[in-house]
Amino acid sequence: MTVPRTTPEPTAPPPARRRARPGRIAGHAVLVVAAAALLLPFFWMVSSSLKADNAVFAIPVSWFPDSPRWANYAEIWRVSDLLGWLKNTVFLSVVVTALQLLTGSFAAYGFAKARFPGRNLLFVLYIGTIAVPWQAYMIPQFILMSEVGLTDTPWAVIALQAFGAFGVFLMRQYYATIPDELCEAARVDGLSEYGIYLRIVLPLSVPALASLALLTFVTTWNDYLGPLIYLRDPDLWTVQLGLKSFVSEYNAEHALIMTGSVLSVLPVAVVFLLGQRYFVQGIATSGMKG
Amino acid sequence: MSTTTVGGPRETGPRGTGSHRTGTHRTGPRRAGSRGAGGDRGKRWHRSLQGVSFVLPNFLGFGLLTLGPVVALFYLSFTNWNVFGTARWVGLDNFTRLARDASFHRALLNTLYYSALHIPLTLALSLALALLLDRGLRGAAFFRTAAFFPYVTSIVAIAIAWNLLFSKDAGPVNQVLGLFGVDDPPGWTASSDWAMPAVILVGVWREMGYYMLLFLAGLQTVPPELHEAARIDGAGAWQRFRNVTLPCLRPTTFFVTVMLTIGSFKVFDLILVMTNGGPGQSTLVLSQYIYQKGLVENRFGYASAVSVVLFGLCMAVTAVQFAVNRRRED
Repeated sequence: MTVPRTTPEPTAPPPARRRARPGRIAGHAVLVVAAAALLLPFFWMVSSSLKADNAVFAIPVSWFPDSPRWANYAEIWRVSDLLGWLKNTVFLSVVVTALQLLTGSFAAYGFAKARFPGRNLLFVLYIGTIAVPWQAYMIPQFILMSEVGLTDTPWAVIALQAFGAFGVFLMRQYYATIPDELCEAARVDGLSEYGIYLRIVLPLSVPALASLALLTFVTTWNDYLGPLIYLRDPDLWTVQLGLKSFVSEYNAEHALIMTGSVLSVLPVAVVFLLGQRYFVQGIATSGMKG
Repeated sequence: MSTTTVGGPRETGPRGTGSHRTGTHRTGPRRAGSRGAGGDRGKRWHRSLQGVSFVLPNFLGFGLLTLGPVVALFYLSFTNWNVFGTARWVGLDNFTRLARDASFHRALLNTLYYSALHIPLTLALSLALALLLDRGLRGAAFFRTAAFFPYVTSIVAIAIAWNLLFSKDAGPVNQVLGLFGVDDPPGWTASSDWAMPAVILVGVWREMGYYMLLFLAGLQTVPPELHEAARIDGAGAWQRFRNVTLPCLRPTTFFVTVMLTIGSFKVFDLILVMTNGGPGQSTLVLSQYIYQKGLVENRFGYASAVSVVLFGLCMAVTAVQFAVNRRRED
């Protein structure tokens, strides 16, 4: 596996690149424009959340609020059940992430390091389902969940997300980079497969586990469709469902809607900024050939 | 996505953190001759059992919630099951009805329309950005984070923000267009001609950074000495890109194209929040039609038939991509 360089090394560029060529200036210009295009919507979201409702659509467009209205951030908790939604979302995200890590890394060891008949065939099945959009089998899944009475419980969403093939795939890709000789040596020494997993493979795969944990957490936090289908009871709503209903209910209060949006994005933004290295590594691992 | 080899990838270059080459995991000295012939078969069987036990917990969930439903889907699509009745076998009934269903045609065409623009645009932009960042420009690390950020934020928040940005009269997008002399800017999500382009724009904006990261990771595997050699041979930048970078990137490009295609065919939540399929049916896509028939109208059988079409579409395109990729590798 190769990890993208975390920082460009300005200290020692290759000789051919030392001079500031027009190409490099143009390159920087493109980067600046692209960065602006990527971040401007977020900037506008935050800036609007600090305006009065009637100032959001001022002509000409105002990028900065005249006097920041922090009251919006107090108001939102009062007019919506944001706290309840956040609690539900945290619960779902934490449980799904824990289950995904446990079962995913465990199964990945079986696929990457253990040997049993039918192993590769089974793994191909796993990979195959990554290419099947979830929307294509959500109906049979929904019927199944209804039959066992899980609809309208958080467990439906948890079951839905916790056993995804992606986690197994990502972990297996990483385990493939751990030399088989290590495991072989341990086998010769009489360590059981569980021992090898616990004492050798797991300690070596902390970065991959961190990547999977962050990716799963963020995916579950952001999921809209799963909760939309399975959580009809407003008491069970996640931030995404709540935010959507809030928009329909308060459709003229643009500033408040943006406040809600900012608060729904904030936890993920914090997690992302703290763990961005692991995000990048996880993405890189998923894209490599194994 | 490659299912050909079960070995480690080619190791190149220095590793980041998490290198397993710390060398601290020396297991004890090897006992010579511990591999006797006796009991070997029993031992191997025992190891196999242990191996299976690793896969089992995840596979139970996966088999029940993913494999099972995928198989059941095909049976359901030949029944007229709805929420009240029981499943009755109706043969190809659902499919013949689909062939005459104007809304389904619309959804299919819209899905293809979205994909036809979203895939090449995202592919081109993410590759271009990755190439730019790979040149070690100042601020590349910051840009990488910025580009990836839309992908980790929730679609709901993004869709809401863009909807306001796209507002017809006083929306910032149209005001900026006005500065550039566009007198009669489109109504975007309120116009049946411009709603889909608006959705595609947001889709590309959101996913660009993710695929850019994949390309960046792929670019790390391009050996610099190949570039050097080409440079010495007098190859220009474009020739180097065509004959060195692109061939080395092929596995990445393949993976990205497959993921992008599936992602485009199943697009749904972005559209659900931004336009809800409207105005009229101008942004109705297959996934939404499945949702509408199956989970709003509870026509499980009919919705399953639409699902089979979506499934078949993804499989067919992926198979073609695999075939093309294989032929290029030979």
